[in-house]
Amino acid sequence: MFSKKVKSRIVLLILSILFFVLIIFFIFRSLEENLVYFFSPTEIYNNQNLSLNKTIRIGGLVKEGSTSRKENTINFIITDLKNEIVVSYNGLVPNLFSEGKGVVAEGKLTDKKYFIANKILAKHDENYMPPEVSKALEKSN
Amino acid sequence: MLKNFFPNKILKINTKLINKIAIFMLIIIGLGLVYSLILSPEDYIQGDSVRIMYVHVPSSLIALGCFAVMGIASILNLLFNIKFLSLISKSLAPIGGIFTLISIITGSLWGKPTWGIWWVWDARLTSMFILFCFYIAYILSWKLISNFKKANKISSIIAIIGLFNLPVIKYSVDWWNTLHQPSSITLTSAPTIHHTMLIPLIIMFFGLLIYSLIIFLMKYKIEIIKFKLKKKNEK
Repeated sequence: MFSKKVKSRIVLLILSILFFVLIIFFIFRSLEENLVYFFSPTEIYNNQNLSLNKTIRIGGLVKEGSTSRKENTINFIITDLKNEIVVSYNGLVPNLFSEGKGVVAEGKLTDKKYFIANKILAKHDENYMPPEVSKALEKSN
Repeated sequence: MLKNFFPNKILKINTKLINKIAIFMLIIIGLGLVYSLILSPEDYIQGDSVRIMYVHVPSSLIALGCFAVMGIASILNLLFNIKFLSLISKSLAPIGGIFTLISIITGSLWGKPTWGIWWVWDARLTSMFILFCFYIAYILSWKLISNFKKANKISSIIAIIGLFNLPVIKYSVDWWNTLHQPSSITLTSAPTIHHTMLIPLIIMFFGLLIYSLIIFLMKYKIEIIKFKLKKKNEK
């Protein structure tokens, strides 16, 4: 069907694509830890060789009823519904920070259950709806 | 369908046809803007900043789509040495590049009020930035290399390598923890976006798609004329 020239090109292209896929696969495997933007509380819990002095990011949901404010400091619990980490942060949180919603905190762990944040980011989920629909949903729940 | 994109067919396209499509596009984009800026409701958490999405999502999709076509055209071009395919890729590159930039800019405008930060290096945003770099590299390879055969080969290789980035962008939000939210519209499950917001999104997508088509036709025609003139001069 194809001429000899085209056939050799096809073989060359397939081989180089396979080669690239392999390279990219290994790059991703070695980068695994850096590709993850934040760790979940369970990942922290299961991590054996945790270094406490490194700045890391943890993320999950803000546990309902866990936020408490004192002057400039806010304390809350990040949960992934399996494990929890207490977070303490000094400063203003983003407007969209609220209980039951996603959050990412950057800072240092003092131990596996306690985290001192120096930056708080609100994480938005994939749900988009008008306020009336959200209210109706809450009612039916 | 591919036959419609053969150079001789494209050369027959006159400004009248382009003007007709342009009027059609203006109507659709006008309708989309009215729907997305006035008629559609605000979001229950984000408020009015949800309206940025009506430009952000279509731009990202077009940016990915352009590169996908460029990559596939480049593969076929390298295999079978079909010159007009490289002209198609060359005309698509600036469109995709600009839409990548629009996607990144509107994304950070949305990120500041929502996340509390303009930019983060999470997997989705980084892979989108890499896509932009590929667009720049592709365009530069045509601009800087004057020999057509050489430029054609190098740009095609860039486009093919960049093709691997596309699934990474698409699935980055599923494979790794990212600050960017996962897709609201998927093939497998019902969209998690309310229909009053989905409709303007779809209208805006088609509006911007037709816009891209117009720019593509104009650019492609110029590229064909340039190519033919160059060939004539060489003779």
